[in-house]
Amino acid sequence: MSWEWDVILEHYPRLLQGAWLTLELVLFSGFVGLMLAIPLALMRVSDRPWIQAIPFAYIFFFRGTPLLIQIFLIYYGASQFSIIKESALWPILREPYWCAIITFALHTAAYIAELLRGAIQSIPKGEIEAARALGMSYPLMLRRIILPRAFGIMMPSYGNEVILMLKGSALASTITLLDLTGMARTIIARTYTPLEIFLAAGVIYLIISALLILLFRILEKRFNRHQHWPNERPKDLDPQH
Amino acid sequence: MDLQGFGHLLISGAWITIQLAVCSLFVGLLFGIIGASAKLSSSKTANLLGNSYTLFVRGMPELLLVLTIYFGSSAVLMAIASLFGYDEYIELSPFVAGVTALSIAFGAYATEVFRSAMQEIPKGQREAAVALGMSRFQTFRRITLPQVWRLALPGLGNLFLVLLKDTALVSVIGLNELMRQASVAVGNTKEPFTFYFAAAMVYLLMTSISMAGLHLLERKANQGYQGARS
Repeated sequence: MSWEWDVILEHYPRLLQGAWLTLELVLFSGFVGLMLAIPLALMRVSDRPWIQAIPFAYIFFFRGTPLLIQIFLIYYGASQFSIIKESALWPILREPYWCAIITFALHTAAYIAELLRGAIQSIPKGEIEAARALGMSYPLMLRRIILPRAFGIMMPSYGNEVILMLKGSALASTITLLDLTGMARTIIARTYTPLEIFLAAGVIYLIISALLILLFRILEKRFNRHQHWPNERPKDLDPQH
Repeated sequence: MDLQGFGHLLISGAWITIQLAVCSLFVGLLFGIIGASAKLSSSKTANLLGNSYTLFVRGMPELLLVLTIYFGSSAVLMAIASLFGYDEYIELSPFVAGVTALSIAFGAYATEVFRSAMQEIPKGQREAAVALGMSRFQTFRRITLPQVWRLALPGLGNLFLVLLKDTALVSVIGLNELMRQASVAVGNTKEPFTFYFAAAMVYLLMTSISMAGLHLLERKANQGYQGARS
C-alpha cells in the first residue's frame, strides 16, 4: 500500500472549492430551517390539539425517515407530477442545488422545532407571568422574552444539530452536487486514490465542525450573557428561589 | 398507492435493512464498550486512542465513512494480507463494508453514552468490589456492566434510531437494501414519488416499531427502580 501525499497537495484547491459549497448549503439551509422551526415549535406548544397535530405529523415524518429518501423524494419525486413540471416552481425544483437547500431546510426544521419546543417549555413560568403582569401583548412577549430565552436555552443542542446537518450535507453529492464529498468522489474517479482523498476530505469536515463549535460557544455566551454578568448579582431578586 | 408488483422488492429490501441495522448494532455496541473503557482507563495511550476515535468519527459524515471503507478497505486489507504472503485481490462485500462503517459510526457515539453511564455508577461500589477481592475484569462484568445497561438505554435507543436511518446510506455502494430496491423499482416504472414515498413509509413503520420496543425495554430495565422515583 502506498500513500501519495502529492495527490492531496495537487487536489486540495478543488476540495476547498467543494468545502465552500458544503458550508453554503449548511448555513443557507440552517437559516431557512430555523425560520421554519419557529412557527412549528409555537404551534407545537399550543393548547389546542388540532393545532398541535400539524407540526407533530411534520416532525414525525422528517425525523422518522432517512435524509437520503427525503432528498430523492424532492429531487426525483417532484418530476412525477405534470402539475409541478408545468408550474412556475419547476425551474427551481429542477436544480439539484435548490432541491438540496429545500430538503435540508425542511429536515433540520423538524429537529430544531423539537429542540425549540423543549426550550420554550423549560422557560421558568415566573418570567412569562412577569411579562404578562407588565402588560406585554403576545407578539411583544414572544420577541422580547420567549424567543431570546428559548434560543439561549437551546443553543448548546442547536450547535449539535448544525454539526449533524454538516455531516448530512454530504448527501448532496448523491444528487450530482459537487460539495466536499462530491468533489472528493469526482477526484477519486480520475486518480483512484480513495484513502488519501477521502481522509483529506474528512479532515476538512473536522476543521469545519471545529470552527462551528467555536462559533456556537461564542453565540451561547452572547445569548446567556445575563448568567455571566461580571459584578456581584443581587441574590434574592428571583421570587422563585 | 399502486406498486405495480414491486411490493415484494421493497419487502426483501426491508429485510436486508433490518439485518444490516441489527448486525451494526451488535458490533457497534462492542466498539462503544471498548471505546468507553479506553476513555476511562488510567493508561494515557488508551485515552488518546479513545479520544481520537470519537473525535474523528463524530466529525466525519457517515456517507464519507461508508465510501472510505468500501473503496479504501481493499488497499489496506491487501497490504496486511501481503505481510502474511497472500497476494490475491481482496474486496469487502457491500454488506460487510456497510456493517463496518455503520458500526464504527455507532460505536463512536455509543462510546460517549457508555462513558457517561459508567461515570454515573457510584465509586463506592467499585471500591467495595475491589475490597471483596474481585479482579478489574470481574468488577466490570459483575458490577459495572449490568448497571450501565440501564443508564445507557435511553441514549443507545436514540442512537439505534439514527443507525436505522443511516442504513439507507449503504445503498450508495450498491447493497440491495430498502432504499436501493426503491431506486430499482423507480428505474423500471418511472414513478419516483410513489416508490420513494412507499419506502419512506416502511422506514417510518420500522422506526415506530423500534421506538415502541425501546419504550418497553426501558420500562423493563427500570422495573427495580420504580419505588425509588419520587
